[in-house]
Amino acid sequence: MATLFGSGIKRREDPRLITGRATYTDDVKLPGLLHAAVLRSTYAHAKLGKVDVTKAKKAPGVVAVFTGADVKDKLNTVPCAWNVPNCDLKVPPHPLLAIDRVRYVGDGVALVVAESRAAARDALDLIDVDYDALDVVVDPEKATQQGAPELHPEVPGNVAFTWKVAGGDAAKAFAEAPVTVEQRIVQNRLLPTAMEPRAACASYNPGTGQLTLWITSQNPHIHRFLLSVMTKLPEHRIRVIAPEVGGGFGSKIPGYADEALVSFASMQLGRPVKWTEDRSENYKATIHGRDHVEYVAMCGTKDGQITGLRTKVYAGLGGYASTAAPGIPTILHGLMYSGPYTIPNIEGTIYGVYTTTTPVDAYRGAGRPEATFLLERMIDLYARKIGMDPVDVRRKNLIPKDKFPYTVATGITYDSGNYQGALDKALQMFDYKKFRAEQAKARKAGRYLGVGVTTYCEICGLGPSQVAGAVGFGGGLYDSAIVRVYPTGVVRAYIGGKPHGQGEETTFAQIVADEFGIPVENVEVVAGDTEATPQGWGTYGSRTTAVCGSAVKVAAQRVKDKAKKIAAHLLEASEADLEWQDGKFAVKGSPDKGKTFGELALMANVAWNLPPGVEPGLEATAFFDPSNFVYPFGTHICTVDVDPETGEVKILRYIAVDDCGPQINPMIVDGQVHGGVIQGLGEALQEMVVYDEDGQLLTGTMMDYAVPKASQMPKVETAHTVTPSPVNPLGVKGVGETGTIASVPTLVNAVCDALAPLGVSHIDKPLTPARVWAAIQQARAGGGGGGGAK
Amino acid sequence: MIPTSFDYVRAKSLKDALKAMGKSTKVIAGGHSLLPLLRFRLAQPETLVDIGQLRELKGIKRAGGGVKIGAATTYRELLESTELKALYPLIGEVTEHIGDLQVRNAGTIGGGLAHADPAADMPPVMLVLDATFVLQSKGGKRSVAARKFFKGPFTTAMKPTELLTEIQLPAPAKGAGTGGAGGAYASFEQAASGYALVGAAALITVAKGMITRADLAFTGLADTPFLAPAAAKLVGTQGQAELIAEVAAASVAGVEANDDIHASAAYRTHLGMVAARRALAQALSRAG
Repeated sequence: MATLFGSGIKRREDPRLITGRATYTDDVKLPGLLHAAVLRSTYAHAKLGKVDVTKAKKAPGVVAVFTGADVKDKLNTVPCAWNVPNCDLKVPPHPLLAIDRVRYVGDGVALVVAESRAAARDALDLIDVDYDALDVVVDPEKATQQGAPELHPEVPGNVAFTWKVAGGDAAKAFAEAPVTVEQRIVQNRLLPTAMEPRAACASYNPGTGQLTLWITSQNPHIHRFLLSVMTKLPEHRIRVIAPEVGGGFGSKIPGYADEALVSFASMQLGRPVKWTEDRSENYKATIHGRDHVEYVAMCGTKDGQITGLRTKVYAGLGGYASTAAPGIPTILHGLMYSGPYTIPNIEGTIYGVYTTTTPVDAYRGAGRPEATFLLERMIDLYARKIGMDPVDVRRKNLIPKDKFPYTVATGITYDSGNYQGALDKALQMFDYKKFRAEQAKARKAGRYLGVGVTTYCEICGLGPSQVAGAVGFGGGLYDSAIVRVYPTGVVRAYIGGKPHGQGEETTFAQIVADEFGIPVENVEVVAGDTEATPQGWGTYGSRTTAVCGSAVKVAAQRVKDKAKKIAAHLLEASEADLEWQDGKFAVKGSPDKGKTFGELALMANVAWNLPPGVEPGLEATAFFDPSNFVYPFGTHICTVDVDPETGEVKILRYIAVDDCGPQINPMIVDGQVHGGVIQGLGEALQEMVVYDEDGQLLTGTMMDYAVPKASQMPKVETAHTVTPSPVNPLGVKGVGETGTIASVPTLVNAVCDALAPLGVSHIDKPLTPARVWAAIQQARAGGGGGGGAK
Repeated sequence: MIPTSFDYVRAKSLKDALKAMGKSTKVIAGGHSLLPLLRFRLAQPETLVDIGQLRELKGIKRAGGGVKIGAATTYRELLESTELKALYPLIGEVTEHIGDLQVRNAGTIGGGLAHADPAADMPPVMLVLDATFVLQSKGGKRSVAARKFFKGPFTTAMKPTELLTEIQLPAPAKGAGTGGAGGAYASFEQAASGYALVGAAALITVAKGMITRADLAFTGLADTPFLAPAAAKLVGTQGQAELIAEVAAASVAGVEANDDIHASAAYRTHLGMVAARRALAQALSRAG
């Protein structure tokens, strides 16, 4: 039987998704359902006076209105769950509804519950709120400066934490290095823009004391835990169901006030209550991503040996510390400063900063895109300064393939890699030399072509749990699976992860079907219901295949081990004499006499004739905790044609060579790369959150926030190398975030390369035509780049 | 994104529609411009009058040497019209820029023009073609030249009780599209909305190698679409490249350009110049 592992079979998720048969949280309809709407602050920073809900309470259809004062003694605050140690982290209380102050436009002020969604919405307009405006600060660097308005009395200077990473001796390296380059880099704030906005539907049964919460979630078990903290309801009385989830990109990891509030409302009113964000609410009330102001320096020799990297980073956290926020610009960012290179001396200081803006948390790549971007940007600046080809500089500094496992200066150990292999493959596909010749010719003709080449590696497959504990992550990072075989030989795998677009319903079925030698149609994967699935830690950080997939593999192996015992008993042979061939256990040498998986499934479940000491049934549970993270890597190449008259950037080619180890389903891997690259190109070219000086969100709708459209994006050419990871039984690494991590510097470096003859050295992303044009004007006027140009 | 409540009238005839219109009514056809306003509660009409089903407001008819376009004609119908393709190829060219397939299937030319978004693609084309808009109310009918219709952002010469019912285009210059006359539209899109950061429409006629008429209009550049008088300098010339560049520069000089998060006034002005130059040059080559 051909193996399913490695086969690009079609995603079983797709038929229901593309024919409108999927059930999302907003599709949940229950008898007696009430609808909630949240009144959100229109001020970025203000003292909150009287919240007068008298008129709203009397409005037609309104059942209840809650304010901060109504809930503060009954509920706990929103917890921050990644309390990074050794950085003097300050997490001030984050009330579920504002009590005496609002800290961003979108901060919750009151909750209206009504018989219809329209009635709830109408009643919001009837609430009178006294705001006493306070000064506003939206820029994380400015928020730390003297005289900046302070958001929280317990956080002087708005600095939530000061986290340092150091390895080697950066001071000495910079003092001795013949070449140093420096650059201020702004990592634009982004909106995750999952296609399905957040939604929650809570149903509390006063008779049983049980709460069921349907929620659009990347991690239902974490949400059960956070909800228990906020509502004070014990964890075993809460069932969280994440039905179909329409994308997350990190925005559906955190615990939010809104989900706890609808739960509270249902508990108070004894009726189910549903709330669904609209898009403009989503843009204000759901976490944002990135938002760094960085000062970066790189030093090295005149012949391209990088000897040091130094950073000072102001990472915006927004008004409050969201669930995982402190871990993103620290553990997932600062520890990756060596990238795929042997940089011996590294020093970074990261300030987490409160600003009067929507909270910032994990967004696809979470910290790692920012690390890769600053590193790759600096390498191109360094290469330009020493007059060396940027590809040669990279090649010279890559960790050699025979040095793995390799411990970098920041202290983490990479599992496996062949960075040169991916670089060679990409350059081969592209014909780098030919392009450089074309570029030189084009420049003479007044055309500006450019190329960006990124070599990257990233940390993902988040686990192991021991490390999670050591870095203050408020949970485990193992994952889990129950593999249950039915009497007829069909199988269900109940998993701790919660796929929401990554295709694990298909790929995990491939793993199980291969293990048992059965058709893939005979395996179903169940996720998202805390009542059915074992404790898991969710789908993010490109961890689900590496960690949860491994749990599936281990559980399936346990099932097979038991089946083998039963087979030996039925065949009256010793286990040692059996071999697994063509989907059955048979005595070595007599392959025609054997027991198929289906036969063994039936015998195990009816238990008529089991070996002594073997329990009936055929299922196993596995909790898999990896020994290390996984580190996928690759090389991306992009070429562009920049119109110097208008600043427009046309992408000519985009090549992505990624190594995520062995691929379970190459079509799904390519899909992940395509999506990731496009999302990264959005960040590089056109996506940007803009607040005005009053803290009002100017990019509050999709008419102003430019999510990439198919017509704006290039074809992505994909290829792969295969370097297995030793840290899990599948050898797999993650691939969900590589595209967003690698594509951003690749595009920006290509544009800066194109404009080198005009004297442009750096442009802050996104490289909108307006910014590129402004940078050209500035360079022509003797500037050198278009740092903060509009 | 829930509008305030309103009464809904689905008009069965034009007379019906006009009767229903008053000070706090809004008219809906395709809805692409109006629905966002309703959902954001920027518009809170008491009554919504739906004219999307009115056959008498649909269709493209030849009249005299020109055509009459019913206001509720969809963009898709504009694209499919062989008359328009033959007589005013510029309309098809610009319609391709409007929204996407779904928007063009539902959106109407009259709705877009009456909405008067200062960055919409169609208004500058109406200006260079010198269209006339027919406005009707219970009290009667009047005609307003497109060149006097657009008063400011989302503001037109229409009264609240009036309905835009028809767009009249004068007979095109001889040999339109294939020789003698040429039109072109050059624009730069705002990446999120697809509306024009700046767009320029040009119409040029040529006789015996000399330009006999040159019209140029902008959208997106200022608070309302406008005709650039500088284009007249091309009349009586052969439209040499340097001259076109000069006219393009002159046509944006002194314009109080929009300045927002998508483009500074300086960049918009620059793009306006580039768009004007490109549109004029292409129109000329098509006229030649």
